[in-house]
Amino acid sequence: MTGNSFSVSGYGPERSGWTRLFARDSLARRLDWPILFSAIALSLIGAALVYSATRNRTELNQGDPYYFLLRHLLNTGIGFALMIGTVWLGHRTLRTAVPILYGISVVLILLVLTPLGATINGAHAWIVIGGGFSLQPSEFVKITIILGMAMLLAARVDAGDKPHPDHRTVVQALGLAAVPILIVLLMPDLGSVMVMVVIVLGVLLTSGASNRWIFGLIGTGAIGAIAVWQLGVLDEYQINRFAAFANPELDPAGVGYNTNQARIAIGSGGLLGTGLFKGSQTTGQFVPEQQTDFVFTVAGEELGFVGAGLIILLLGVVLWRACRIARETTELYGTIVAGGIIAWFAFQAFENIGMTLGIMPVAGLPLPFVSYGGSSMFAVWVAVGLLQSIRVERPMSA
Amino acid sequence: MTNIPETGRTPRVQIRLVIIQILVFSLLGTLGGRLWYLQIREGDAYAKEASGNHVQQVVQPAVRGSILDARGVPIADNETRLVVSASRTELLRMDDDGKAILTKLAGVLGMKPQEVMDKVRLCDSKTPQPCWNGSPYQPIPITDEATAKQALQIRERSEDFPGITAEPQAVRRYASPGGANTAQVLGYLSPVTDEEITKAQDTDSPYLRSDQVGRSGLERQYDKELRGKAGVTRYEVDNLGRVIGEAEADPARPGANLVTSIDARVQRIAEYELNEAMKEARKQMDRNTGTHYKADSGAVVVMEAKTGRVVAMASNPDYDPNAWVGGISAKDYAKLTGKKSNYPLLNRAIQGQSAPGSVFKVVPTAAAVNAGYSFNGPYECSSSYSIGGQVFKNFESKGYGAISLGRALEVSCDTVFYRLSHEEWKRDGGTKPKKNPKDWFYKTAHQFGLGAETGIDLPNEVTGRIPDRKWKQDYWKANKDAWCKYGKKGGTYAEQIAYENCLEGNRMRAGDSVNYSIGQGDTLVTPIQMATIYAAISNGGTLYDPTVGKAVISADGKHVQEIAPKSHGKLPMTKQTRDEIDQALEGVATRGTAAWRFQGWPQDEIPMHAKTGTAEVYGKQTTSWFTTYTKDYAIVMTISQGGTGSGASAPAVRKLYNALYGVSEDGKIDKRKALLPTPQKKLPKIESDGSIDAPKLDTYPPKKTKEEQAAEDAQTLAAGPGALPVSYAPGTEGAVTAPVTGPVGTAAFTAAVVTEPGARPVAPDEPAAIVSTRGGGGNRAARRRTGPGTPGGAPTRRRSR
Repeated sequence: MTGNSFSVSGYGPERSGWTRLFARDSLARRLDWPILFSAIALSLIGAALVYSATRNRTELNQGDPYYFLLRHLLNTGIGFALMIGTVWLGHRTLRTAVPILYGISVVLILLVLTPLGATINGAHAWIVIGGGFSLQPSEFVKITIILGMAMLLAARVDAGDKPHPDHRTVVQALGLAAVPILIVLLMPDLGSVMVMVVIVLGVLLTSGASNRWIFGLIGTGAIGAIAVWQLGVLDEYQINRFAAFANPELDPAGVGYNTNQARIAIGSGGLLGTGLFKGSQTTGQFVPEQQTDFVFTVAGEELGFVGAGLIILLLGVVLWRACRIARETTELYGTIVAGGIIAWFAFQAFENIGMTLGIMPVAGLPLPFVSYGGSSMFAVWVAVGLLQSIRVERPMSA
Repeated sequence: MTNIPETGRTPRVQIRLVIIQILVFSLLGTLGGRLWYLQIREGDAYAKEASGNHVQQVVQPAVRGSILDARGVPIADNETRLVVSASRTELLRMDDDGKAILTKLAGVLGMKPQEVMDKVRLCDSKTPQPCWNGSPYQPIPITDEATAKQALQIRERSEDFPGITAEPQAVRRYASPGGANTAQVLGYLSPVTDEEITKAQDTDSPYLRSDQVGRSGLERQYDKELRGKAGVTRYEVDNLGRVIGEAEADPARPGANLVTSIDARVQRIAEYELNEAMKEARKQMDRNTGTHYKADSGAVVVMEAKTGRVVAMASNPDYDPNAWVGGISAKDYAKLTGKKSNYPLLNRAIQGQSAPGSVFKVVPTAAAVNAGYSFNGPYECSSSYSIGGQVFKNFESKGYGAISLGRALEVSCDTVFYRLSHEEWKRDGGTKPKKNPKDWFYKTAHQFGLGAETGIDLPNEVTGRIPDRKWKQDYWKANKDAWCKYGKKGGTYAEQIAYENCLEGNRMRAGDSVNYSIGQGDTLVTPIQMATIYAAISNGGTLYDPTVGKAVISADGKHVQEIAPKSHGKLPMTKQTRDEIDQALEGVATRGTAAWRFQGWPQDEIPMHAKTGTAEVYGKQTTSWFTTYTKDYAIVMTISQGGTGSGASAPAVRKLYNALYGVSEDGKIDKRKALLPTPQKKLPKIESDGSIDAPKLDTYPPKKTKEEQAAEDAQTLAAGPGALPVSYAPGTEGAVTAPVTGPVGTAAFTAAVVTEPGARPVAPDEPAAIVSTRGGGGNRAARRRTGPGTPGGAPTRRRSR
C-alpha cells in the first residue's frame, strides 16, 4: 500500500496518519487482527445472547429490557479501551509495574473477605461498589498471577543467565501464585481456583521449568482436591454440583435441574436453532443464570449448531493466534504471559461450555467475552491487550 | 512458519507450546463433537422434551348432562358443592412448599394438617392414597363438603391463603324427585380407570383423568352424550409454571341432557306400591310351605303400549344411588354387592329372569292357532292330564269342560295347553323326533322375542330362555357329567331327576313339552320381555324395542335429537287371533282370574286386559306374575316368592292404573287427578341458559291425617317385631327405621338370591375400581367444575345442569 501512486497523500511532505498507521512496521500492521476481530465478534454475539436471555427477566432487569444489553455493551467498550491502554503502555512497561498491580489485586481479594465483600450465587467473591456495580477481584488476580509469575520466571532466562528457570525461582513463583489462590479458596470461589491452578500449570509449562515441577504440581493439585473434599471446605452446593454431574437424573427438580434444562435448551436448537429471541426454553427462563454462566445455552437453542459452533470457532481463533504469539515472541516473558492466557481462556471456555453440554461439572465461570459480567469482560480484554502488545513489540520477522 | 525467528527459547519450551496447542484444540474439538451429538444426533428428542417443558394443559371438566323425566323433572342432575382446592404450583413457590398455608387451611376446615398435605401430594408408585393423580397444574380438591362459612373464611382472607380457592362446583346428584329413586335405571358413576384412558385415547371421546364414567343404567348407556367434552386450555408456561402465553383453548362443552320417558310420579308410585305389595305378601301364609311368603325381590314395568317407551321401571330391593357420589365407601360397596346384600344393584326388570307361569299362555295360544288348531276349539279342560302314568294337574285342579282357547286363557286352564303341546310333540315324532320337527310352540315363542334381548337402551339385559331342542342338547352336554355323578336310580327326588337327566336330558320328553306349554319347566323370561309382548298385543302386534331415553337435548336446548321408537318384529298372529286373544284377556279382567282385583273398574271407558301367573319354582315359593294392558299402557309386575299373580301383584298394578287414569277405588274417573291419561308426547323445554321449567311433584302416597297415621302405627306395632324389616314413613323420602343402617332407601332384605334352577345368578355390572377405602372423598378429584362462562355461584336458582 505504501508508495501507491493512487494515494493522494503521497504528494504531501508528510505521510498521512492513516498511511503511517498502516505503514510497514507500523502498530496497525503489527496488531493481530484475527484475535481482535474474534474478540469483538464474541462480545457482540454475547450482547445479543445476553439481551435475549434477560429481556423478559423483569425481576432482574428492573423493568428495562435493555438493561443488561446496554451494560454488556458498556463493559465491552471499557474492555476495549483497557486493551488499547494496555497496548499503548506496552507489556514491557507493565512488566515494571507488576509488583504494584499484584499487590493491589491481592488487597482487593482480601477486601472480599471483609464485610465489604458480597455473596452472589453462593460464592463470596464480590465487592459491591455501589450504583449497581460490583467487582469480582479474582478475575484480575488471574492476570496478576500470570504477570507476576512470568516476571519471576523469565527474569534470569531473558537476561541470558540460564536456559531454564531454576528451582528457587520456581518456588518463588509458586509462592507468589499460592497467596491469592489460597485467599480465593477461602471465599470459596472454587471455579476461579481451578482456573488459577490451570494458569499456574500453563505458566510453568511455557517457562520451561523442569518436568518434575509440572508433575509435582499436577500431583499436588490432585491431593489438594482430595484434601479440599475431605476437609469440608466445600459448601454443600458445590458438592451437589459434582454429584449432579455424576448423575444428572439424580434430582431433576433440584441440583440436576440446571444441567438438565441447559442440555434440553441446547439440544432443542438443532442445526439452525429456533431463531434469535424465539427460543422457548430461553423465553420461559428454564435455564438459570442464563445471561452469565449459562449464556452458551441461549446460543445453542436460538442459533443452533451453526451459531454455537461459531462461538467455539471464534474462541478457537483467539487461542490459535495466542499460541502463535507465544511461539513467535523473542522473550520468554512474552511466551509465559501468552501461555498463561492460553491456559486461562482454554480452560475457562472448556469448563463453561462443557458444563452446559453436560461433560463437565457445574462451576461458576463466565464464558470469555460472551457472558455478561464487567470484571470478567475487563480482564479478558486486558489479556487481549497483553497478547497484542507481545506481538506488537516483537521484532518483525524477516 | 518457514522463518522461525530467533526467539532465544529452548526446544523444551517449543515442544511444550506445541503440546499445549494440541491440547487446546482437542478440547475445543471435544466441545464441537459434543455439540454435534446434542444438537444434531439427539436434537429431536431434546426438542420434544423442550416442548413438553413449557406447554401445560389446564382442564375444565364438562358439566355432565342431567337425566330428566318425561316432563323435565331432573332425576339425576348436579348440585353445587363448595370445593376447596389448592394450586400446587403456587404452593411450591413458597419457601416451605406451602406447609404453613396448608396447616392453616386444615384448621379452618377442621381437618388434620397431615390429611390435607397428603391430598395435595402427587401420586406415584410409592405414594399410597390419598394422593392426587391428576395433572399437577390442575387445582387439587381438598374437600367438596366445605360449609359456606368455611368458604367465606378462605375467600375473605385470600391474602392469607395464597393458592387456595373455595369455589362452588357441580357434583352429581340423584335427586329422587317426589321419592322416585329410579336407582337401577339411572345407574351410577365412578372414576375412570387408567385402562379406559389408554383405550379411549385415540377415539373421538377421550377420557380425562378427572372423568367420572357411567357404570350401569342410563349413566352408562348414554355416557358419551351426558359426559360432554372437557375444555382444555394449553398454556405456555415458564420455569416457575407462570403463564407466558395461551397456546390453544378448547372450551368445555357441557354434556347433553337426556330426556327419558320415565314419569317421576308414576315411578314413585311403582316403587312405593311394589314395596308395599312385597310387604303385604310377607304377611301372607304360603299354604304349600307353611311359612310366610318371603317376597325377596320384585319388579314393575310400566310401558307405553304404542311406542315401547318405559314410563316407570322399579326393581326391589333398591338402593340410594347417591352412595356412589364421590367414591363409594368400602362399607357401602359391601352392602350393595356382598353375598348378603340380595344384590340391589340388579335391575330385576331387565336382569331378573324367572319362569312366567300362566302369563306365558298367550304364546302357546298363538302357537296352537299357527299350528292349525282352531281358536274356538272346543278343547277339553279336564282337571288333570296324564301321560304314561304321570299326572299333570290343572292349577287348583278344577275342570271347565269343553272350552275355547279364549276361555282357557280367561280361566287359565292348564290342561288345554298340556294337551295341545303334547299333541304337537307327538306330531313332531315324540321320543324319536323327526328330522325337521315343526316345533310350533318353541318357534312361536322365539317369534314373540323370548329367549333374546328386547334391545332396551339399558346395559346388560338378559335373554331369558326358551327350552327348545337345541338348548336341551347344549345344556345336557354342559351338565351331564355332574348329573351322571350325582344321579341315583331310586334315590331321593333330586337324585332321581339327575339320574333321568343323565340318561336322556338331551331329549325333549313329553313332560318337558307339557311343562313348557304353561310357562314352567326351564322357561325363563324377564319382566321387560313380558311388557314388550303385552304392549304388542295391545298395539296390534308390533314388538317395540323398549326405550327409556326419549331425546337427547343439548345443554343450551338448541339441538334436540329424538330417540324414535324402533320395532324388532311383529307378533306371530293374525289380526283376528290378536282380537280374539285381546277379548280373552279382557275377559280375564272382567270375569276371569283377575276380575276380583278389578271390581268397579270403569271397563267401558278404559278397557282393561290382564293375565295372572303363578309360577312354581323348584325349592322355592311361587313367583307372582301379573301382566296387564289398556290401549295406552302395559304394566307387568312380578314378585319372587310372592304368591299368586292376582293375590300379590294385582293390587299394586290396579293402584298404578288408578293413578294414571285418575280412577278412584269405586271406579269414578276424576280427570284432574289423572297423572297421565295419555302418554306424555311433548318434550320438556330446555332454555338456552340450561334451566328447565319442571313441574313440582306431590308426595306419594298423599300425607295422611293424624288419625290415619295413628291407626297405621297401631297396626304396625301389632304385626310384631321382625315382620317388617323396612318401614317407609309416608311423605318423607324413604326414611328408614329398624335395623337398617345403610344408605337411605337401601332395603336390607336378607332373603336368598333370585335364582332359578339351572339359571346363573346375574352378576351386577362389574364396577371397576370404584371402592374407595377412605370412606369417600377419594375421587372427588376434579369434580365437575362449572365452566368459565358460568357464574361461580347461582345455586339459589333452580337449574338443572
